[in-house]
Amino acid sequence: MTKGKRTDNMACCSDPVRRSLLQLGAAATTAALLPGRARADDEDPRRMERPQVGDFLVFAGGDQEGALIIEGALNVGEEPVLAWATDPSRKVLRDGSRLNQVLVVRLDPSTMDDETKSHAAAGFLAYSAICTHMQCPVTGWIPEKRILHCPCHQSEYDPSQDAKVVDGPAPRPLAALPLKMVDGKLQVAEQFIGKIGMNKQTM
Amino acid sequence: MIGLRQTAKASLMAALLGSVGMVPAMAGEVSNYSPVTQQRLENPEPGNWLLYRRTYDGHEYSPLKQINTSNVKDLVPVWTFATGVNEGHEAPPMVNNGVMFVATPYNQVIALDAKTGDLIWRYKHPIPEDLFQLHPTSRGVGMWQDKLFLAATDDHLIAIDAKTGKELWNTKVQDYKKGQYLTLEPLVVKGKVLIGGSGGEYGVRGYVAAFDADTGKELWRTYTVPEPNQPGGNTWQGDAWKTGGGSAWITGNYDPKRNIVYWGTGNAAPWPGDQHPGDNLFTTSVIALNPDDGKMVGYHQYHQNDSWDWDEIDAPILINNMDDKGQQIDALVHPARDGYLWVLKRTPTGIEFVSGKPYVGQNAFKGIEPETGRPIVDPEHKPTTGKDVSFCPSLWGGKDWPSASYSPDTKLVYIPANNNMCEVMRGEKQQLVVGQLWLGANLDSMKLIPEVDHIGELQAWDPATGKQAWVHKFPKTQLFASTLATGGDLVFVGGTNDRMFHAFNAKTGDLLWQMKTNSGIMAMPVAYEVDGTEYIAVQSGWGVDAQRIQDMLAKTDWKLDPDVPQGGVVWVFAVKH
Repeated sequence: MTKGKRTDNMACCSDPVRRSLLQLGAAATTAALLPGRARADDEDPRRMERPQVGDFLVFAGGDQEGALIIEGALNVGEEPVLAWATDPSRKVLRDGSRLNQVLVVRLDPSTMDDETKSHAAAGFLAYSAICTHMQCPVTGWIPEKRILHCPCHQSEYDPSQDAKVVDGPAPRPLAALPLKMVDGKLQVAEQFIGKIGMNKQTM
Repeated sequence: MIGLRQTAKASLMAALLGSVGMVPAMAGEVSNYSPVTQQRLENPEPGNWLLYRRTYDGHEYSPLKQINTSNVKDLVPVWTFATGVNEGHEAPPMVNNGVMFVATPYNQVIALDAKTGDLIWRYKHPIPEDLFQLHPTSRGVGMWQDKLFLAATDDHLIAIDAKTGKELWNTKVQDYKKGQYLTLEPLVVKGKVLIGGSGGEYGVRGYVAAFDADTGKELWRTYTVPEPNQPGGNTWQGDAWKTGGGSAWITGNYDPKRNIVYWGTGNAAPWPGDQHPGDNLFTTSVIALNPDDGKMVGYHQYHQNDSWDWDEIDAPILINNMDDKGQQIDALVHPARDGYLWVLKRTPTGIEFVSGKPYVGQNAFKGIEPETGRPIVDPEHKPTTGKDVSFCPSLWGGKDWPSASYSPDTKLVYIPANNNMCEVMRGEKQQLVVGQLWLGANLDSMKLIPEVDHIGELQAWDPATGKQAWVHKFPKTQLFASTLATGGDLVFVGGTNDRMFHAFNAKTGDLLWQMKTNSGIMAMPVAYEVDGTEYIAVQSGWGVDAQRIQDMLAKTDWKLDPDVPQGGVVWVFAVKH
């Protein structure tokens, strides 16, 4: 993809991530891999749980699928990646519901408002990947504006301002998932703040 | 006539007073429901609307003429009903002997007393909490005996008891988590419920399938994209057929004499043609299917190797005994998304090309081959990977899924067209991720280019002569709604961003009446009759692609306000005496 252009597919978005990880060295990358997509039984109810405090985050797709997201995984301003939470023992991947999916982006903390900064770890931010309009995955990125973009109906969110809606039909910000950095690995610091996905239509 | 007028007057008075006349339904349940039979579907009573476009031939025409060119100026709302949901309300209100069935976004069906607007029952199919909806809409319920059939956005087909609103069976068709979903009104033929799947933007493989109306059991499925060893399979390369699109998301039409269903198919996927080389049969085509077993007995591909997202899902209108250069043909008439008005011929062995000509500005084809109708594509205006390409009409086409109507009185086709709307697209290689949008194009490079002061046009064409009879131009708006023609020599259409509902003189194109509604209208209007009074009904509820166009036009020099209010309301009108 061309820099300065919006992208709406995580395949393209994973390229810079792959480059970043390669810079870490093969050993580090291999060590971070999660062998077996989910060690837990497919029926394990813990797979359905939203990300829990203390969970790690792993890549949801692409060449690094299952690998832990570590401090060197993303550069500031690079395209976000989709991720799942995994329990601290790394036996349970919480991929039982689309609503558990998060997007991870890294920004310069000086560009964040105070609320956003309080959820960040080393510039990493995690938000629900589920658009609050029609629940499509928010996979787009407008690098020149550093804005998250939903390709289904063109909603746009500003990750430096707690993912507030800056354009399109979305009614609410993306739910925020506060992070901390522990031994160079991203960890969930608090449960989601805010509602995930769309409002239920009432009648 | 005097007697009819008096009856109509009494009925309208009753309706306005809250109905003291015959009530066909009790609260919570319909009494004396009239079962829908094959005979009734093939020859519907003038006052009813039992099929998506009222008749199997897809005319979208009501013979009712109590409301006509001389009195339509006195059309007034009789009752309204708030659906309680927003987004695109696209379904025609279905009417069976005084009972109306309205499908709305979020998989809801509402049964109403068609005369009074009183609620009889309401059905809501629970939506999975993680469902994502690219097109949150429904285009109506199919009808058979005492059942209704809802094709839901979570890819379930559901039978509902028309009398009580209770669910009778519920069949999972495919998996919504893979981008497979349903939005169309099912077509019922001889006790079989026919549907086609959506998902052309998710890399699905399109199909039409039939289900037993009594049990919900799948009876047959015909894919619109063949396997390599099947007829047409050599028009694909490698594994592209597996994700080739060709979704079939609008109701087909049916020819009872030949026992053939004519169904339109969608875009090849992903959008740019260089990412799926070949003609890509049977995408962007009309396919002829035997409804008994699903066997494909013919096809015509409107344009090959689709690169413009020009779904040709809108089924062609069947016109019997149409004049063609002095001969009578059984025609198929299709105002296409590719901007051409196509005329085809039904034959015992399939479908033959007759003629094609552009009805809006079109620069993607240099012309068509005279014998076959195959477009001669201009590569300068064919989207490809890695390059900005401009083309006309836009991806929404000369006419998208909203359908045209045909009046056997005027012998004209009424097309809700969008002219002068061009677009720039840039193809981009994208890896398919199941459940994520897969366009093969960079959305940031997409731009609408309104070329003059108007886009939306209501066009009237004589398909026998290939001549335009009249056109009405709507300033500074798209036209995005199906039309209704009536025996009163009227054409009704919403579709504009000013929330208006319009009535035109079908012969002259004169605008005779209009009224602003709560929201914009994307739905098909219908005409029906209860107790001698003719009513016009339509849902007003803006959203989905009409809103997408609005959002894109807001970013052009037109600087339109993107805020068209949402929220669905059923409107019912009659003439005030």
